[in-house]
Amino acid sequence: MAIKALADYDFPSSDALENYKGKQLLYINWERHRMFSRPFVLALTPDTPFSVIVDQYITNCYSYHPDFAHIDWTQVVWQNSDTVFHPDMTKSLQENGIGHKDLIRFTTPGLDGIAGTGY
Amino acid sequence: MDMKVAKKLGLKERYTLMTRDLAWDTTYQPMDKVFPQVTFEGIKIHDWDKWEDPFRLTMDAYWKYQAEKERKLYAILDAFNQNNGHLSVTDARYMNVLKLFLGSTPPLELMAARGFSMVGRQMVGAGPRVACQMQAVDEYRHFQTQIHSISNYNKFYNGMDEFAHQQSRMWYLSDGKSFFDDAITAGPFEFMVAIGFAFEYVLTNILFVPFISGAAYNGDMAAMTVGFSAQSDEARHMTLGLECIKFMLEQDPDNLPIVQRWIDKWTWRGTRKLASVGMMMDYMLPKRIMSFKEAWEIYFEQNGAALFTDLARYGITVPKCFSQTIEEKEHVTHQSWIGFYMKPDATPFHTWIPGKEELDWLSEKYPNTFDKYYRPVYEFLDQQEKTGNRFNNKTQPMNCQVCVSTIKFNEPGDPMSTCFRETRYKGEKFHFCSDHCKDIFEHEPEKYVQTYISSHQGLQGNCAPEGVDVNAPDFNPGDHIADYWKLDKRATGDFNGSEDQKNFAAWRDQATKN
Repeated sequence: MAIKALADYDFPSSDALENYKGKQLLYINWERHRMFSRPFVLALTPDTPFSVIVDQYITNCYSYHPDFAHIDWTQVVWQNSDTVFHPDMTKSLQENGIGHKDLIRFTTPGLDGIAGTGY
Repeated sequence: MDMKVAKKLGLKERYTLMTRDLAWDTTYQPMDKVFPQVTFEGIKIHDWDKWEDPFRLTMDAYWKYQAEKERKLYAILDAFNQNNGHLSVTDARYMNVLKLFLGSTPPLELMAARGFSMVGRQMVGAGPRVACQMQAVDEYRHFQTQIHSISNYNKFYNGMDEFAHQQSRMWYLSDGKSFFDDAITAGPFEFMVAIGFAFEYVLTNILFVPFISGAAYNGDMAAMTVGFSAQSDEARHMTLGLECIKFMLEQDPDNLPIVQRWIDKWTWRGTRKLASVGMMMDYMLPKRIMSFKEAWEIYFEQNGAALFTDLARYGITVPKCFSQTIEEKEHVTHQSWIGFYMKPDATPFHTWIPGKEELDWLSEKYPNTFDKYYRPVYEFLDQQEKTGNRFNNKTQPMNCQVCVSTIKFNEPGDPMSTCFRETRYKGEKFHFCSDHCKDIFEHEPEKYVQTYISSHQGLQGNCAPEGVDVNAPDFNPGDHIADYWKLDKRATGDFNGSEDQKNFAAWRDQATKN
């Protein structure tokens, strides 16, 4: 539906890619570990290697959780929104098909949060 | 010569003279050019005189009543302040309710004042114009009296002095700001449904329970009196919102689908806004009144359903979100408190883990969900805090493009998973917390692409204090955002060990011992 307005109504998106000066937004969520409340957001250049996401950002945020030390990284299921994908850790975000404002969700089978609550 | 004594006017005549007779139709310009806002939303009005004035109040009577209330209010505020009333509240944790309230509510009362002033100008009929004018003045008064009642606390406790600066900048205030920005940039009829009906009529009791009854339960006579002073105004506001709905529905059958969509939208937006209000009830008031779940059952499920049954004769059905809110009433306050607890550096109020008795209370009030999903994580976080490892999630949040809540609510039917929804518009991806927010976006994407999301603005370099080079290679927005927010560090962090906690204990000791 188009908006009803009294005059021409055309305003830019607040989060258009060009507002990030060569970077793009990326959201990260660890499924069934809701102690962290919500996904976190990063602004990264598209040539950032995927391994940086895991080694730096995911580790810094999520290692507080007692499940983190038990993650078997070979079993992790990665999703870009609802679509399962297999990231190549050595390749960049762009080469892994990750675009502006994509949401990366990862599930760690067998780990369901504190006392299995999803938290 | 005989004196001619004019007959004293009856109430009805006075009312007509002081309201409807003050209006006129324009002659130099056609009416539709002077009042263009009343048609563009698609609402069809055939006879403005059919508007029933729900409260026959003239301006002179209005001033008289309000002045009387004001005198009583300030007498009590003065007495409370002069007697160090702040030391008689239940517990220093209570101050954090006031801090959250101060940041989130008075600025919205001001927006309501602005909104009703605008709508008062935009409406054609004299009845709604006069009513909107009075409501605008009411809202302005609420804005002022709320601030006045809390200003005394500001002399003693941290985190209250920059609420006006923070309102349009801080992440956790963005949901309320967005709610009113959305309403005030709509047309006059949608504004009336949004604020007059969904907020003032359907949801306002949920806001009054924690704040006003909460104040009474916790010994805060200042805030309690402000609430009582506002109550007779609220009764008028509710009537105006409902009258507007009925007027639109009676004027033309084509208005029904438009009004229904607004009711669906604004009931949901209001519900999302109330998640943090519910959190005040369940977690922040030292002495609790009732659980959020109980309040939701009384004020929304029962009273709200009765209202929608009444409106069914016009063809209105219960809002689409009704059943989802019933499922969520068992979860949202716990999910909200975790969301605030894990971010101790990013609010001008303190958070804490509830004490054992408080956890027991939550287990009792939420038998279906609290022990199963929430209690274990609170107990874990409590142990961590006691070993000096208090939880502090330093990352920046992902927010819903419509309600601007952080994306923290669960997938319907699956409390262990977060709910994600998304859509594409002009090639860009947009994320939502729920189906309802996604629907709202898809109806008017041109509007919601402009949403202000604090974490995104920080990453664009728009949230750094002057003098910081946002283009420097090592620029990290998280390093500067607290300064940009003018966040008083003493007001952040856990309640345990805070300056407020120590001062309150010391001052209360002085007041009760030699």
